[in-house]
Amino acid sequence: MVQRQCIAATTRAFSTCTLSRPASRTTPPRIHNQLSHQRRHLHQTQPRTTRTPLTHLQHTFPRRNTPKTRTFTTTPARSHGDLTPPKPGEERHVTFVDKDLQHHTFVVADGDNLLDIAQANDLEMEGACGGSCACSTCHVIVESDEMFDRMEEPSDDENDMLDLAFGLTETSRLGCQVVMRKELDGVVVKLPSMTRNMQASDFAEKS
Amino acid sequence: MLVRRAPWVCQTCRHHGPSASRTYSTAATRQRPIHVAIIGSGPAGFYSAYRLLKKLPDARIDMFEHLPVPYGLVRYGVAPDHPDVKKSAETLVDVAKHGHFNFAGNVPIGNDPGCLPLTSIAPYYDALLFAYGASRDKKLDIPGEDLKGVLSARAFVGWYNGLPEYADLDPDLTGGDTAVVIGQGNVALDVTRMLLAPLDELRKTDLTEHAIDTLSRSRVNNVKVIGRRGPLQAPYTIKELRELMQMRSLGFAPPPEGWDKLIRVEPRKRLPRQLKRIAELLEKGSTTPMQEAEKAWQLGYLRAPAAFLSSNNEQLEAVGFEQQEYDSPVSDLITGDAPTDLNGLRGLRVRSTGAKSLVHAHLAFRSVGYQSTPLEGFGDIGVPFDQARGIIPNDRWGRVISPSKGPAGPLTAGHVPGMYCAGWVKRGPTGVIASTLDDAFTTADIIAKDWEEGTRFLSSPDGDADGTKGGWTAVKREIQRRGIRSVSWYEWEKIDAEERRRGQLRGKEREKIRRVSEMLAVLDGYGRTSYM
Ligand SMILES: Cc1cc2nc3c(=O)[nH]c(=O)nc-3n(C[C@H](O)[C@H](O)[C@H](O)COP(=O)(O)OP(=O)(O)OC[C@H]3O[C@@H](n4cnc5c(N)ncnc54)[C@H](O)[C@@H]3O)c2cc1C
Ligand code: FES
Repeated sequence: MVQRQCIAATTRAFSTCTLSRPASRTTPPRIHNQLSHQRRHLHQTQPRTTRTPLTHLQHTFPRRNTPKTRTFTTTPARSHGDLTPPKPGEERHVTFVDKDLQHHTFVVADGDNLLDIAQANDLEMEGACGGSCACSTCHVIVESDEMFDRMEEPSDDENDMLDLAFGLTETSRLGCQVVMRKELDGVVVKLPSMTRNMQASDFAEKS
Repeated sequence: MLVRRAPWVCQTCRHHGPSASRTYSTAATRQRPIHVAIIGSGPAGFYSAYRLLKKLPDARIDMFEHLPVPYGLVRYGVAPDHPDVKKSAETLVDVAKHGHFNFAGNVPIGNDPGCLPLTSIAPYYDALLFAYGASRDKKLDIPGEDLKGVLSARAFVGWYNGLPEYADLDPDLTGGDTAVVIGQGNVALDVTRMLLAPLDELRKTDLTEHAIDTLSRSRVNNVKVIGRRGPLQAPYTIKELRELMQMRSLGFAPPPEGWDKLIRVEPRKRLPRQLKRIAELLEKGSTTPMQEAEKAWQLGYLRAPAAFLSSNNEQLEAVGFEQQEYDSPVSDLITGDAPTDLNGLRGLRVRSTGAKSLVHAHLAFRSVGYQSTPLEGFGDIGVPFDQARGIIPNDRWGRVISPSKGPAGPLTAGHVPGMYCAGWVKRGPTGVIASTLDDAFTTADIIAKDWEEGTRFLSSPDGDADGTKGGWTAVKREIQRRGIRSVSWYEWEKIDAEERRRGQLRGKEREKIRRVSEMLAVLDGYGRTSYM
């Protein structure tokens, strides 16, 4: 709690004293979830003797300006419930195809879910409900039928939310409900493009 | 990185007074942050702000909210037993705490005394983003709508969620054991759930104590949820249906005609996935068998409400319906292409057969949709409103479109420069938070695009040399001058903390404060405020 307040104080201090700083140095907020919460917590506990408030703020949010195409990224070591580094010999690979058709492959550990992985790597997946299967903003499309079949059956709750997702396909899943494990090594998922409200069906006359 | 053109300021425009013909800022003045005023603090407002700060990191955003507390329908619409949905509000906290963001609660936008007129904010911003939702509900316009016992679902939802506007609703749930809900959207199912849910479950939620007290005296044990169309056309979503089907000690009575006559697609697997799953769930019925149930609910279809009836012209006694039938044979709509079938089946129309029927009840809820209304003062700033559709006319990206006030002057249609909309006031009052998020992102993206491409925005004579708007500093003065007691984000956090403290005393997450005067008293002490 104290740490959160500290952030707020820093943010406020920042806003009053750096109005004239170049825009590119500020970082927008990130939708808050369990993960960014913990990550921030981590950053707070790191020694930061030489940081100015500005860099401090930047470091409290996920990295930006990461290269568009990455073929190989290892996620940094983290603790408690956050993304864990894979044990040697147990590395799993997951590839996200974003709406510009760029491939992003990550090496992750068993037990991480696709939403956490995407967010930790700054991909555009919102997870508005914080991964509690209540919003469908983490919709992904599994590329191969075979991989889809290897996954555990979606629960009724997940299917109910998927039924509301825009662009539902036969191999749609909610990212927050798909947990990495050995059988899913090499899985490729697509992020649907966000064009829901441009669809004619949404404007079909309601009687 | 966006390419910035050299700063250039048109001297002619700059020297016009406020009454001069409309002037617009152009790309020439873009080497400065954009100033955006967002009206409404529901998901549409917040997700737009979030996205704008992501796309234009130096943007300055001020959010004006009618109530002292943020979040719109996430706080005052979403049912108390949907804590996971309410959690989505937490994601917005980071936006609110951003250094370029100001929250101005308790600042209704409008022309009445105590409100902040649009004309007094427009000059200080490059863009206004309307995200003020839908604050009315649709009426049925049938006889007897004003009888005692006929309630608006919006009022009831507001009341159980602690919305100040309905603090005194005091619904009478003791008149009889049957309630009718007219309409089959998720709001209708929320109302049904709140009427029938076991109280011990509700006590754990943030449902107000006041509402728990009233519900504990309720005699209602049978709710009929009745719609004009069929089971596959009704606007409910499956999650909400499932919640009712699985509710402890609640039985489900299928509609009297039987499912085959209503669904009319055999085998069911020919239905598109979403509808097939709904049909399966409906046909399976409740987990609690009727003979073991303490309370019951039923869905009724193809019945259009025709009149609220009373023998004494005072208290509702029955609801009259007119029987409907499908406009075309249902099976003709099945083509085998899932999206086509989904649209076809969902869009199936009905027509009246002329037959009449009656349901006896002392309590009825009208739940046929929310409705947006224009903000007072739209005319003053050139923003139109489509009364028939209940939205601000827009190009679907979120640019406000006027048929006669386009950028090239009178009688040209086009984007009203600097005016944008998002959420329910843009799309109409349907859709869950996820669709509001998509929609808000679309609007924010288009604002960012317009800004970067040098599209015309709002312009005002008081910008300094580079066109920078007065923004928050200037508007704060307007607010003070009008004696409006605005509530900052920091102050909302105090109200929030007090609600949580009160909740903790009762073993729940929060106990909402139901009156504006009491919210302000948390900040200013009792007796010092003159509100409500
Ligand atoms: C009863 C109900 C239950 C729902 N349950 C769910 C659910 O379980 N799950 C789900 O995903 N979605 C649910 N929804 C849908 C969800 O609430 C909407 O999609 C979403 O809230 C729309 O967002 P909005 O920002 O457009 O409008 P709103 O949330 O209505 O926000 C508008 C804001 O503008 C403010 N405002 C209005 N007029 C003015 C003015 N003149 N000046 C200043 N401010 C003003 C209002 O006070 C309000 O805070 C529910 C909706 C309702 C009605
Ligand atoms: S994050 Fe909301 S459903 Fe996955």
